[in-house]
Amino acid sequence: MTDNRKSISVTVNGKAYASIVEPRLLLSDYLRHELGLTGTHVGCEHGVCGACTVQLDGQPVRSCLIFAVQADGAEIRTVEGIAPGPEALHPLQEAFWTTHALQCGFCTPGILMTLLPWLEEHPDPTADEVRHALSGNLCRCTGYQHIVEAVLAAADRMRAGATATR
Amino acid sequence: MKPPPFEYFAPDSVDEALGAIQRGGPDAKFLAGGQSLVPAMNFRIAQPTLLVDLNRIRDLDFIRSADDGLRFGAMTRQHSLETDPQVAKQAPLLAEAVPFIAHPQIRNRGTFGGSLVHADPASELPVVALALQARMRLAAGGGERWISAEDFFQGMFTTALAPDEMLVEIALPPWPADAGGAFVEFSRRSGDYALMGVAAVLRVDGDRACTEARLVFLNAGDGPVAAPEAAAMLVGRPVDEMSAGDAADHAAEKEIDPMGNLHATPAFQRHLARVLVRRAILTAAARASDRHGSNGRRDD
Repeated sequence: MTDNRKSISVTVNGKAYASIVEPRLLLSDYLRHELGLTGTHVGCEHGVCGACTVQLDGQPVRSCLIFAVQADGAEIRTVEGIAPGPEALHPLQEAFWTTHALQCGFCTPGILMTLLPWLEEHPDPTADEVRHALSGNLCRCTGYQHIVEAVLAAADRMRAGATATR
Repeated sequence: MKPPPFEYFAPDSVDEALGAIQRGGPDAKFLAGGQSLVPAMNFRIAQPTLLVDLNRIRDLDFIRSADDGLRFGAMTRQHSLETDPQVAKQAPLLAEAVPFIAHPQIRNRGTFGGSLVHADPASELPVVALALQARMRLAAGGGERWISAEDFFQGMFTTALAPDEMLVEIALPPWPADAGGAFVEFSRRSGDYALMGVAAVLRVDGDRACTEARLVFLNAGDGPVAAPEAAAMLVGRPVDEMSAGDAADHAAEKEIDPMGNLHATPAFQRHLARVLVRRAILTAAARASDRHGSNGRRDD
């Protein structure tokens, strides 16, 4: 087989990486296997479940439907990049914890990465709006009730100016 | 699963992309938003040998208002269609339909042109393109041509594009002052493929009599399915429960050919079509009448 690999440079959670990748390597697998950022989860690998959602240049996208080579030059944010430090949680993470919005946690990173930019645009959402915003992310264990509560609680705290908790 | 190996090229210009696709042979493919092609590759249903990625061609991503309507670059993201104020004002049917496409994460990547070229009978944008009488500009190494939406869609996942041609631009005609549109669909869950859906575009006079109508269905055959006979039944009549019901019955019984799927029999899809198109006709007519009212051209 001919060597069709490409060099890419990406910024992930503020840190620059340079890699040589096969074109067929999915961004989700690049993040997990090449960079060791296993917080991005892989569920269905065809864009339905939302577990692999990351932010590409600020927008939530399915990392299983983008090749790593396409992300050359892009800024990527994953769940590892949302807390302000190793001992702190983002208010949205904190709210998931305190309202029991996760059981197995498999869907949680994708939900957080979907909702963070959404909450910036919708700082005071209704429960119904939250459910719509969540429609591209499947949870198969806790159900959505506590997740909606967590998002509403986080929105309250973020409106009050919270940025992080210890 | 993971896709099999392929060659990858990400040009900056349409000319380079057209050259690459020609050199790449029959199994080379353009990559637009990738929200249908990449899942198909992950499943190994599609196994292109070369991907020509269009995502770095800036010239293909624009929305422009012109004298003869709205112009879109083929790589315009669905999210842009959803949020652009010119689209909301000059192509309200398009703005209404886009939020039905999958989920926000998908619309951040998915493109107008990619969806048209994919020509999935269950997708929204081909239906809107046909209902709004879009024209498409196709480019190839040897030159370019314009084609109507009617001629562009040729069946299940099939369009008039030659293997070495690229859809580069979509043009929508101006939205008439006496027109109203409505897009409705029914799906089991938010963001799922719809079991049935329909776009209606109606023009009405000051007495709410229909002067022109177009009805186009999704998931009702092997592509976007127009119902010209039902539309013609509306013309010349006041749009009310009676005329809308007659047109809906005709369209659902005679003009669509739903195939059924795991979640709906063809009979249920026909039932949905009848209900949805009736609703779409009445909504479109009401919106058209409101515009008469706000234009001060209504007598009552």
